[in-house]
Amino acid sequence: MLKLTQVHTDISGMQIIHNVSLEIKQGEFVALLGSNGAGKTTLFRTIAGVLKPNTGSIEFNGAPIHRLPVHKVVGLGLVLCPQGRQLFPHLTVEKNLRLGAYPLRGNKIRIHKNLDRVYELFPILKERSQQQAGTFSGGEQQMLAIARALMSEPQMLLLDEPSVGLAPLIVQQMADVISNINHEMDTTIFLSEQNANMALNITDRGYVLESGACVLSGDCDQLKNDEMVRKAYIGA
Amino acid sequence: MFTKPIHTKLLYLAILAAALLLPWYVPDAYIFQIVTMSVLYAIAASGMNLILGFTGQVTLAHGAFFGMGAYGVAIMTKAGIVFWLALPVSALIAAFIGLLIGLPTLRTRGAYFAIVTLCFGVIVWIVSGNWIELTGGHNGIFGIPRPSPIPVPFFGQIEFFTQTGMYYLALAVLLLVLFALYRLVYSVFGLTFMAVRNNEPLADSVGINTYATKLVSFVAGCFIAGLAGGMYAAMMGAVSPSAAGYMLTFNFLIFVILGGMATLPGPVVGAFAIPVLMEFMQFLDDYRMLIFGALLIMVIIYFPMGLVGGLRRLNQKVAAWRQQKFPESDHASR
Repeated sequence: MLKLTQVHTDISGMQIIHNVSLEIKQGEFVALLGSNGAGKTTLFRTIAGVLKPNTGSIEFNGAPIHRLPVHKVVGLGLVLCPQGRQLFPHLTVEKNLRLGAYPLRGNKIRIHKNLDRVYELFPILKERSQQQAGTFSGGEQQMLAIARALMSEPQMLLLDEPSVGLAPLIVQQMADVISNINHEMDTTIFLSEQNANMALNITDRGYVLESGACVLSGDCDQLKNDEMVRKAYIGA
Repeated sequence: MFTKPIHTKLLYLAILAAALLLPWYVPDAYIFQIVTMSVLYAIAASGMNLILGFTGQVTLAHGAFFGMGAYGVAIMTKAGIVFWLALPVSALIAAFIGLLIGLPTLRTRGAYFAIVTLCFGVIVWIVSGNWIELTGGHNGIFGIPRPSPIPVPFFGQIEFFTQTGMYYLALAVLLLVLFALYRLVYSVFGLTFMAVRNNEPLADSVGINTYATKLVSFVAGCFIAGLAGGMYAAMMGAVSPSAAGYMLTFNFLIFVILGGMATLPGPVVGAFAIPVLMEFMQFLDDYRMLIFGALLIMVIIYFPMGLVGGLRRLNQKVAAWRQQKFPESDHASR
């Protein structure tokens, strides 16, 4: 479904992503592990079209997308949920969600259906649908950010570090919800995480990114037992 | 859902009635002229509010686009083109020049756009004072004809030779602009304007073409400014470079910020309240600006949504207090 071939990305002259190739199939749930500054966010921003790769190609459902602007990529069903619980803080929860459904604009029936669906997934959002998004707690903001990303019925979701800065209990809830989205809604998910423990427990397989290069990949069980991953990310 | 209390609608109706009946209770020609100017300024400031308030792009060339509308109507009507054609054409010219300015500058984010528009505004002002063949230089253009009468079947015709006629024309255009903005701002497309203001990178991520959104907002705002400028020329009968000056831009800016950014009534309230305030402080001469500077800082810190935002917050507090005090009478009061 998503295929990266030898992708290099520069940010103002500095090469951040080196020669990354990876492939994700329909329905998979894949983790992207890496420490601070490994290039996870840059890689995601490159896939979503916010940044353009210098060389290499990115294909989505067989068609090249690395020259498309972000809004075209979103229209194809590949949606990035950016790092840091990004919201429209001065708008109500419902308006945030409706903006998430922007690629479906005009299709009121589908928007309404998706609204019901995310309210079912996150009942708290329904209770607070008229509240300003900026007044939410960290966990609620992250839920809203994920819910908003789901509003456009993405085929594939790029979740950039959803667990950052959340209490352990909330992280567990979030992990449950994300696996639920993958299993029940049949959404392909690429999840970037520093919290390798959580990520490897819910995903099928993973890639490890270090200094912008993909240094390791494999099944979760394999990665969990890998000496290097254990040392660097799990701490055991 | 939060629905507006009925008394808000009543308030708007009362203001509309007061505006329609204005010529009957304001006999003083000087004050009447100030009010008519306020209507025109309210139109232009509403256009600026679309760009600045709703879309969050700091445009500092609004006076220049007002001036393009004014000079456009002045030059075209002097050349014999009827006002009713010259007005929309001038506004379209302002919008087109806005498009040319927006195309390169709206790709940037933050302060760059503000700086470029500020420079452009000053350039237009200088050009209007020095391109003597076209604009008449610092003396400007005189003897701009009033709009020709509109024939109405069974009624005769609507004339614009009096101040009253011009007032109603300006009022009609203001209502039209406010209605168009209302429809725009509360549509899905309008929501994207606010998304760009709130969080532009995220707006990108949800699939909004932020560049196109900013461009549409900017061009529409410039069109509205041109419309106001065109009517200004016909009403005053003369234009000079001050009608395209950057001082005008800052007046609009004050109307929008003090009145209430990102609220539809805000710029209108600002355009009426501030000239009145200015008149009252006439005796302070240029020291008035000191007071306005302090006022501007206070409003930005304590009432970021301006006068209208402050009143809304007060209204909500009162509503909450009433609900607490008389929970069961809530229905009756609506």
